[in-house]
Amino acid sequence: MGSTSAQHNGGLGRRDVIKRSAAIGLITVPTMSFLASCASSDSGTDNKVEKGTTSEKNPLGVNETASLDFVLFDGGFGTEYATDAVEQYKKAFPKAEVKFTPTQKIQSELQPRFNGGTPPDLIDNSGAEQMDMGVLVGKKQLADLTPLLDAPSYDDPAKKVRDTLRPGVVEMGQFDGDPVWILYYAYTVYGVWYSQTALDRLDAEYPEDWDAMLALCAKAKKKDIAGWTYAGKYPYYLPFSLYPFIGKIGGREVLDAIDNLEPNAWKHPAVKAAFEAYFELFKKGYILQGTPGLDHIQSQTAWTEGKALFIPNGSWVENEAAKTTPKDFQMKVAAPSGLDSSDKLPFGTIWASGGEPFIVPTKAKNPDGGMEQLRIMLSEASSKNFTTKVKSLTSFNGGTDGLTLSTALQSGVDALAKAGDNVLNPRMQDWYAALQKEKIGVGVLGEMMAGRMTPAEAMNKAQEFADAAAKDDSIKHYKHQ
Amino acid sequence: MQHGKYRFIVGFLIVPLTLYGLFVVWPFVQSIYYSFTDWTGLSPDFAMVGFDNYTRMLDDDTFWSSLQHSLTFALLLPVVVLGLALFFAFMLNVGGRHRKGSAISGVRGSGFYKIVYFFPQVLSIAIVALLFQFAYNPNSGAINSALGAVGLDSVRPEWLGDPNLALWCVMAVLVWSTTGFFVVLFSAGMASIPKDFYEAALLDGANRFTTFFRITLPLLWDTVQSGWVYMGILALGAESFAVVQIMTVGPGGPADSTNVLTLLVYQKAFRDGQAAYATTIGVALLVVTLAFSAIVMRLGRRERLEY
Repeated sequence: MGSTSAQHNGGLGRRDVIKRSAAIGLITVPTMSFLASCASSDSGTDNKVEKGTTSEKNPLGVNETASLDFVLFDGGFGTEYATDAVEQYKKAFPKAEVKFTPTQKIQSELQPRFNGGTPPDLIDNSGAEQMDMGVLVGKKQLADLTPLLDAPSYDDPAKKVRDTLRPGVVEMGQFDGDPVWILYYAYTVYGVWYSQTALDRLDAEYPEDWDAMLALCAKAKKKDIAGWTYAGKYPYYLPFSLYPFIGKIGGREVLDAIDNLEPNAWKHPAVKAAFEAYFELFKKGYILQGTPGLDHIQSQTAWTEGKALFIPNGSWVENEAAKTTPKDFQMKVAAPSGLDSSDKLPFGTIWASGGEPFIVPTKAKNPDGGMEQLRIMLSEASSKNFTTKVKSLTSFNGGTDGLTLSTALQSGVDALAKAGDNVLNPRMQDWYAALQKEKIGVGVLGEMMAGRMTPAEAMNKAQEFADAAAKDDSIKHYKHQ
Repeated sequence: MQHGKYRFIVGFLIVPLTLYGLFVVWPFVQSIYYSFTDWTGLSPDFAMVGFDNYTRMLDDDTFWSSLQHSLTFALLLPVVVLGLALFFAFMLNVGGRHRKGSAISGVRGSGFYKIVYFFPQVLSIAIVALLFQFAYNPNSGAINSALGAVGLDSVRPEWLGDPNLALWCVMAVLVWSTTGFFVVLFSAGMASIPKDFYEAALLDGANRFTTFFRITLPLLWDTVQSGWVYMGILALGAESFAVVQIMTVGPGGPADSTNVLTLLVYQKAFRDGQAAYATTIGVALLVVTLAFSAIVMRLGRRERLEY
């Protein structure tokens, strides 16, 4: 272990060598202008494939010999539904070569390709490594999908693709004005999830207003069952039932104002009423002990174990919690209970919107091929295939006839039918991810539901965060049309 | 022999120097350059924006709270970890009762302890973080279950869910997972201290306390110092990122109580599509790290001992 002291005999000390070599390293660094070329290597000469001939079978005019490059997020839904659709594409265009790449690392794999100007033709931009849609749109990296939406649908040439989709899907793909940048393929129902068996045991129906909700929670508490639990570590799950609750009390405009980051949007009486109602759950001890420290899986497990009755969640929970769900659980989703009879929208008002966002990059070589692939996926057969394989709905309206659905999926279909036109679609989570998750989610809702903030403080804080985001020039701002 | 020595040295080092320049210096310069642009990280076009990112950073509350947490990590973790490791290493090598035939020895079973202390080092930090996440589960985790088992049912902290506790919970995990490595490192260092020094000290009637401060620590100083720098970099860098990202509410919460600079860089670059702003925070982190090593080097400078 012995060490030697630096020599001071005029020779070259170790430290000197290091210092000087670092200096040399700095000098050898090339000039800035050269560096700049690293990020902007090749903004891309236009190297699109030629358009094919348009026909009844090929309404988008896909070049029949051009290859298709398709990157899919390999997540909870797997890849089979996509590979089946790719087979269909190959059948339609036998001369075309399809390069299909499933991955979980969307951002790491595709960011360099976007930067280099050579993105694939179709991307399922989903998962933990999802690329920020707002930025992609803002930087004009995405192709307008309007030609696809106006093309005849796969099953019925008399009907446009646009008219075969569920409510809200087209709107969700828009950011600013008419162009549609994103096509959400899966369709998610958000709301209050519960076990019918657990309610039956308490001799209860799903409560339609808040008094009934509190009464049911009180009843459950006597049997040592908590009323609610939620993903305490990711409190941005709370909005799945809270936002439609606000919308039901005060109407669609309240949520639109929140999305538009309008001044005082969070101070609306409907927000106040909803916050106070949720805070009451905490005050009366109806929230499962320790919930603020649970992550989504832990809270779902506590819920499937019967420790709590209700959990705000989305339709992926059926698959995600499948391992811990008892056979006789009878998982169901319901629209949020209302406050009272003065609510603006009827019971059944629910939040549903697209999931699995598919995009076609502007600089794709074969954008028509990408859109044609999507058109195939939006056929009734492909949609049914998806629903059967992954137990989730697609954006294709219908496509469940003749299928045996699980209780959860069936309850989702029923909830959508009951909601009719009253489907809400708050946009905070796709327009302002940081604001929604870190600020409103963790910083406001999480704190309030843990009892560390009163509803009044929470409203002020939320408004403060929203105002700051509205003022922040580094974020692109959007408005409801 | 002074003539031409630089040419001589550079000639030998040309390959490592080029590699160093290409993979270390160049990226640094690049990120400093990008911090003056509005690059999103998702498209090849960007423009120079001057000091906009820096003024924005100075106004960003999240940045300041992250800086504060990172500094707490960098200052506190090395003290705790190295202190514990020195104590354990001393007890394992020198602190035992005197036995016949040897001047010094460790406590009984020291071989066994050495292995046990090293265990956490074998696990990847991601696994450690996951394990502790289960342990901290307020509802059914090991810690609260243990509290319940000894009759403390009323004390059931929310651990990671409580802004006053979360940062300490995260720090405890880092202490647990890194101490073992330094125990082994210091043990190796102590083994190379000649036994005669201890014998002489014992003959003079020195107790364990004096032996430690007068013999062990001074002779181990070089190792402690590099351990300090290493620990500081670890606390500012990847390890702290991993535990915060995996374990905490949000991550970074509750209410920004556990956010660290590395996590903020990650969130800005990969969640918010603001790569340029992320590199700006990266530059701030670089400054903090450099300042930290400069201070440690300065404070730690003392006459080296030859033996």
